[in-house]
Amino acid sequence: MIRYTIARFFSLIISLIVASLVIFLVIEVIPGDPASFMLGINAREDTLAALRSEMGLDQPLTLRYFDWVIGMFQGDFGNSWTYKTPVSELIADRIWVSLPLAIYALILSTLIAFPAGIVAASRRGGASDVTIMGATQMGVAIPNFWFAMIMVLIFAINLRWFSAGGFPGWSNPLQGLKSLTLPAISLALPQAAILARIMRSSLLDMLLEDFIRTARAKGLTRSQALWRHAVRNALIPVLTIIGLQFSFLLAGGIIIEQIFFLPGLGRLIFQAISARDLIVVESVVMLLVFTVIMVNFAVDITYAIVDPRLRRKS
Amino acid sequence: MHKLLLLATVGAVALIAGGSTAQTNITVAIQLEPPNLDPTGGAAQAIDSVLYSNVFEGLTRFDGDGAVVPGVAKNWDISNDGTIYTFNLHSNVMFHDGTSMDAEDVKFSLDRARSDDSTNAQKGLFAGITDVTVVDSATVKVTLDQPNGSFLFNMAWGDAVIVAPESIENIASNPIGTGAFEFSDWVQGDRLELVRNDAYWGTHAALETATFRFISDPTAAFAAVMAEDVDVFVGFPAPENLPQFEADSRFQVLVGNTEGETILSTNNKMPPFDNLLVRKAVAHAIDRQAIIDGAMFGYGTPIGTHFAPHNPDYVDLLANSPFDPVRAKALLAEAGFPNGFTTTLKLPPPSYARRGGEIIASQLRQVGINAEISNLEWSQWLEEVFKAKDFGLSIVSHTEPMDIGIYANPEYYFQYDNADFQALMVELNATADPAGRTALLAEAQTIISEDYVNGYLFELAVATVAKAGVRGLWVNQPTAAVDLTVVSWAD
Repeated sequence: MIRYTIARFFSLIISLIVASLVIFLVIEVIPGDPASFMLGINAREDTLAALRSEMGLDQPLTLRYFDWVIGMFQGDFGNSWTYKTPVSELIADRIWVSLPLAIYALILSTLIAFPAGIVAASRRGGASDVTIMGATQMGVAIPNFWFAMIMVLIFAINLRWFSAGGFPGWSNPLQGLKSLTLPAISLALPQAAILARIMRSSLLDMLLEDFIRTARAKGLTRSQALWRHAVRNALIPVLTIIGLQFSFLLAGGIIIEQIFFLPGLGRLIFQAISARDLIVVESVVMLLVFTVIMVNFAVDITYAIVDPRLRRKS
Repeated sequence: MHKLLLLATVGAVALIAGGSTAQTNITVAIQLEPPNLDPTGGAAQAIDSVLYSNVFEGLTRFDGDGAVVPGVAKNWDISNDGTIYTFNLHSNVMFHDGTSMDAEDVKFSLDRARSDDSTNAQKGLFAGITDVTVVDSATVKVTLDQPNGSFLFNMAWGDAVIVAPESIENIASNPIGTGAFEFSDWVQGDRLELVRNDAYWGTHAALETATFRFISDPTAAFAAVMAEDVDVFVGFPAPENLPQFEADSRFQVLVGNTEGETILSTNNKMPPFDNLLVRKAVAHAIDRQAIIDGAMFGYGTPIGTHFAPHNPDYVDLLANSPFDPVRAKALLAEAGFPNGFTTTLKLPPPSYARRGGEIIASQLRQVGINAEISNLEWSQWLEEVFKAKDFGLSIVSHTEPMDIGIYANPEYYFQYDNADFQALMVELNATADPAGRTALLAEAQTIISEDYVNGYLFELAVATVAKAGVRGLWVNQPTAAVDLTVVSWAD
């Protein structure tokens, strides 16, 4: 288990170094001068030069890379060029929207997918299986932003149960949660559809295994065998998908955050890219990559807990 | 029973009294969030949209019709040779941090904007200033190197507002001005709040608080207005939805003009556009109304030159370039391109450019010009088109007020180099007499129209959707601003 963990840890470090290099280089070579974007078309050359030196853009590329990486180790992501505030503060503000939204959506999607997948698997070929699979087929096919717009139309414009968007802050947690509900549902539904299908097929695979036959032979009913033995073993592929989905939900909220004008990381990165606020883009993307890598690391470790064979193999 | 009746009566009276008191808070949506709150250090229009006139004031200011009126300067004297402006300031003007605004602050603001390390996006506004002298605390003397007929106009821009040395350090996050509203809070990405300045030197605002929200997605904008999450949307991004709001008694729709001359920018130094006949052919190939209808859902005023049609000095020169594809083809043949040619059409992100570009490309195809469209982000556009001048055609709305002077700069991206026009602009700058200026401006408009420097398309319209009870909103946008100082709710 320890050797397994150490091996995973090293691959995590290498991924992070490679990611930081790629992110920095790709973003620095995108055409577009941040200074001229900020100052617009009437700016004079001397003004542009003054701003470029204020932003440190006249420094060599390698120096800027190392400044950035060393700064991140110290928790200093630099100062945003357009917002003129520390990037770490911007991220800290935004993460309190994006992270709860991702977790909220993940909980919803799991709550929907698990029962749906289990019911479908246990009544294979029955009416409920056909209904659930039909619904998930639609869920997979329909993009989340379309769900989002339909829900705004129904629940915000017609029924007025929710506001059409915005985020009032966490000072009133219930209000905060309420404003994330429509976005979380629209993020969760397509994910739930995918997850339910994986859950179902993974369970069906398990039901063909010898140990289930043994369990049945011991006198367990079909559903008892399913609940006690199959579900736990079916979790491995499901966990992988949940890990991937969490990363997707955190990084992929960009469109949903636009539709609901939520002040999250997705919207921050969207604005920063169009304003060529490179330092913000680099830092947020790095943070997202870091999160994805950490989640995958956690999933890898969870495998080992769920499946003892993985511990011994490495 | 009596008690109950009494209670009911009191309740009813309270309700009626409550109902007759006008609302004093407002939620205003605009498309873009300001990147920071320093109007003197960046070109982002959203900064002015939120802060101009509300939080910051200059020596002069624009009113809703674009006229230049006194700001913190109550009046001024201009020396006979037109080079010395002596401004008399209002004496009771206070910054929101409690310090007083006097001649020293004016000197500080102007000197800062024109200094060597200034990052003012409109530094050119201050270019002619050679000296700023404090005469006494309420009088400041500004000396120019030569007479400048648009100096008072320049001082009305949002980039020329008066700031204080005491608060300049944190202006980007905590703007301290002299206006009728104080900055209160900014939740980045979501909203910005202003509260009434009860120590304001002028007429106090009717509103007590104002919240700005930032919604750029057209679908989200529609939803926010329909769900009544916002009271006002200035610069509503989806013109296709306006008829629906007009038909709904809960809302009012105001459609006004901006200072945005939307033009088919033409690279005057790149063959074949260096040939006047080719530019003239392009001008005749364009059906303005089709573009306005197709790209802007009918909102926009056709223009025949680079000048705002609501300006009293505007000259209607549409007759120089009527839609006439047959004539366009003849002109192309005369220029040596009987079979047309291929060029680039590089489009920035706004919908007027992207949608307008498709229509113009198909109109040009009718006369044999094949314009290859490429869609650029703003930063790319600035780099490729504006800076490197690597383009044949582009579509841009020039939103700076009174910017015909850009045609006097041969280095400007469309590269129009005409010595007569340049001399005319020098003369205009030195002319303060209104009648003389009107004549010179008419001549300037005519020259660029007859030289077909760019394809002149339409003046960009701005739509404001508001709840029916809101009064005092600007209909036009003579400068980027959401002036809330005179906004109120009907009882």
